[in-house]
Amino acid sequence: MELLLIVTIAGERIAIPAADVESVVELEALIPVPQAAAHVAGLAALRSRVLTVIDCFASLELRTSGSQSLKEAIIVEADGHPYALLVESVEDVVEVEVEVRPVRTSLKGGWRRVARGMIEVGGDLLLLVDTHALLGGPAAQAA
Amino acid sequence: MDDLLTEFIAETREMLEALGGVIVAWEAAPEDRARLDEIFRFVHTVKGNCGFFDLPRLEKLSHAAEDVLADVRAGNRAADHGLVSAVLAIIDRIGEIVQALETGEALASEDDELLIEALTRKPEEVDDAAAATAGPAGAAEARKAIRSIRLSVDLLDRMMSGVSDMVLARNELARRLRGVHSDNGVENAFERLSSCIAEMRDAITRTRMQRMDSLFVMLPRMVRDISGELNKSVALEIDGGDVELDREMIEMIRDPLTHIVRNAIDHGIESAEERAKAGKAASGTLRVSARQSGNQILIEILDDGRGIDGEKLVRKAITNGVITAEQAERLSNQQKIALIFEAGLSTAKEVTAISGRGVGMDVVRANIERIGGIVDVESKAGQGVRLTLRVPLTLTIIPALTVSVGGRNYAIPRSATEEIVRAKNATVKIESLGGSKVAAIRDRRIPLVSLAEVLGVEHATPIEEQSLIVLKPAGGDDYALAVDAVHDHEELVVKPAAPVVMAAGLYAGTTLADDGSPILLLDPSGIAASADVVLDQNEIEKLAPQAPRVEHREEGVPALLFLTLAGEKRAVALSIVERIEEVSSGCVKFSAGRLRIALGEIILPLEGCGDSVPAGQLRILRLSDGNSEIAYGFAEVIDLVTLSEELKPASVPGEIGGVSLIGGEQVEVIDSYWLFGQHSEQRENGRSLTCALPADDPWMRNILRPLIEAAGYRTIDATDPKAETADLHIASAGAERPSGVSGTIITLRARPEPAGAKDDSIYRYDRVGLLTALSAHAGRKRAS
Repeated sequence: MELLLIVTIAGERIAIPAADVESVVELEALIPVPQAAAHVAGLAALRSRVLTVIDCFASLELRTSGSQSLKEAIIVEADGHPYALLVESVEDVVEVEVEVRPVRTSLKGGWRRVARGMIEVGGDLLLLVDTHALLGGPAAQAA
Repeated sequence: MDDLLTEFIAETREMLEALGGVIVAWEAAPEDRARLDEIFRFVHTVKGNCGFFDLPRLEKLSHAAEDVLADVRAGNRAADHGLVSAVLAIIDRIGEIVQALETGEALASEDDELLIEALTRKPEEVDDAAAATAGPAGAAEARKAIRSIRLSVDLLDRMMSGVSDMVLARNELARRLRGVHSDNGVENAFERLSSCIAEMRDAITRTRMQRMDSLFVMLPRMVRDISGELNKSVALEIDGGDVELDREMIEMIRDPLTHIVRNAIDHGIESAEERAKAGKAASGTLRVSARQSGNQILIEILDDGRGIDGEKLVRKAITNGVITAEQAERLSNQQKIALIFEAGLSTAKEVTAISGRGVGMDVVRANIERIGGIVDVESKAGQGVRLTLRVPLTLTIIPALTVSVGGRNYAIPRSATEEIVRAKNATVKIESLGGSKVAAIRDRRIPLVSLAEVLGVEHATPIEEQSLIVLKPAGGDDYALAVDAVHDHEELVVKPAAPVVMAAGLYAGTTLADDGSPILLLDPSGIAASADVVLDQNEIEKLAPQAPRVEHREEGVPALLFLTLAGEKRAVALSIVERIEEVSSGCVKFSAGRLRIALGEIILPLEGCGDSVPAGQLRILRLSDGNSEIAYGFAEVIDLVTLSEELKPASVPGEIGGVSLIGGEQVEVIDSYWLFGQHSEQRENGRSLTCALPADDPWMRNILRPLIEAAGYRTIDATDPKAETADLHIASAGAERPSGVSGTIITLRARPEPAGAKDDSIYRYDRVGLLTALSAHAGRKRAS
């Protein structure tokens, strides 16, 4: 059994392990980080912590960017640094008997890099996404 | 020694705590071999450790227990109930003694013998003896609380980050409180909370401090090994091991220090024969010292070797393409030596096993800069090299300057900031050179970097409206950074930024501003690298013909604003502040008629304290006029300010030269002439010549006085009763001549041409004539 959080990122409903997610927040103003990688949307403050905000559109190398107006984000911690992933919507936490299956179809853009497999939730087929791969952005692929 | 004892006590107590369960279990099952071994190890360790200290009681007790337990282990004795009780009684006693050692209480020792005896007694007798000792053990609870405990470093780190978060949360709360209708009660409670947090932060910062000894302790062995390998003789002197520094910083300095010491022995100190030829002692000296100066730690590594060969460095730099031959010709000696910090330049003829390959002084410099420090090098051919590392006390809280560009705020570490000037200031000229910009600030030219361009942000402020921050990321590569506005000086809690942010190469971390918004801390070195500010461009521009430095009084004088011990705000010209130090007030003595302070080997007159000195630590400004130094006690530094407003002179000469407006507030400005005047007089150990000036003439007071003082006179008011005996009097032609005075009178006239043949007055702007008259008079006086 695993708890999964169902969110919509870059126009797709996906599942991420709820254990990775610290909380879901509404972000206030973003402070841009000039000259940083494209998928860094900026910095935001959360209860006296500084979050590095990730634009998932850019991280997934999708041309159409729809992150500008987004406010909702999920907080993920990696290597001691808190990150916020901008999401379009957060649906629910579901408890599923995880049976991760390899992805058979060819995934577009950065999806291939972040996908851990497919799972079935309530009759729908969703991608199970590795949040850390999403944080790393396109450059992480090379690493 | 005290530290070792504390360590021993803490260790013993820890072992006792861990042993608690074992003792109980052993009592229940005396035949249990594993438990017996554990207890044996304990008394054995205590006995061994006692050998280092003069603790005969502990040694005797542990020795006796060890003997008996050894017998049991060898099978010569059975661990019966009596023996177990006796051993336990001894262990209890060891615990009591250790606690008494720690709290500094005396503990009666009469029944130690009884306990030892009990070990060898027959079973039936033992119970009584053990029971007899139960009394004192019970009383132990009433004893003083234990004063020290051992903590894991992880826990301390967590506490530190917790406190940092608390500071940030406090700032956020402050911001929110400002937004709502304020209530006195809430504000007071908040103030109290703030001061508690500040105190806490201070205390926890101190818990993370470690003595430099922990770093220096590796040096003797290292020096011995390296000098042995190289067949050189080196005497190591270490000083300042008691200076404390953040544990993290100590770790960051370890590698650079190791490298510098290796280098000094390998390349600096010569072989015995070479030293003999040069007329030096056969054994070289390496001095490593640390001391605190304000919120910085200075670590100095001094060797008496051959020094750095600047010419050789230059040749290598040219060969390696670091600089061109023309540039090399214009380098000053200091600049040549500073080349040692350039990548790929090492003076050694060949790479040796000691100094190795790949790690050069450039890496040392980079490492020190990464923690916000600075490396300086001084070298005298044939006499040695002095390397100075300046590092901040802690990594997490740094003083910073907030600036803005394109409507966003950024922070810049204060340590790298040299100067702030407005671009439209008359002393600043911005020149264009092949597309790049150069700022001519007073007498030097430095590359100008636009922060907006480096960051690639849009900005609408024209360069003339911007402020220039002169940054010195290290070593000498100054450059000016153009920003839209400079806001504030703040102490920021800096946290490392996420790797994706650091990858931009421009930032040193992130922090939260008082208003709760995130701020990026800029990395001056990173910006320089990104903007291609390189040594040659930079160093060369500095060599442009140096115009005599002109004091632009109307542009303002940089000054240090501080709080006196009496709680008043005062300012002192920054140019005479050598440094800020914190000293124990025990160094202050009232001797030979005034307060004096002993700093190392020198004694300085102490000002600013009135007649009494507060107990504990005392902060002092070390003021210097180039020749002599004065210490000035103060409570705290407020800020660096520019005295741009006109100085309203004080009515009488004295410590306070006048009053200036700073931020709309009247601030007393210290008269450095007067201050040094007072003391130079004492230094010369005699009476200096005095000159009386008309009190009501502002020209005399403001313009002439410095000249007269520079000529060695102490000035006093003509209205002062002591003026009658002054050696010299200055009067204006046409004004009333001083009457009833003993000294010479010099009359100054306002017009260049004399009024007649008999006129012996001097034109007031005839500097040469005036100085001649002054020195002639002084010469006559001193001769008489």
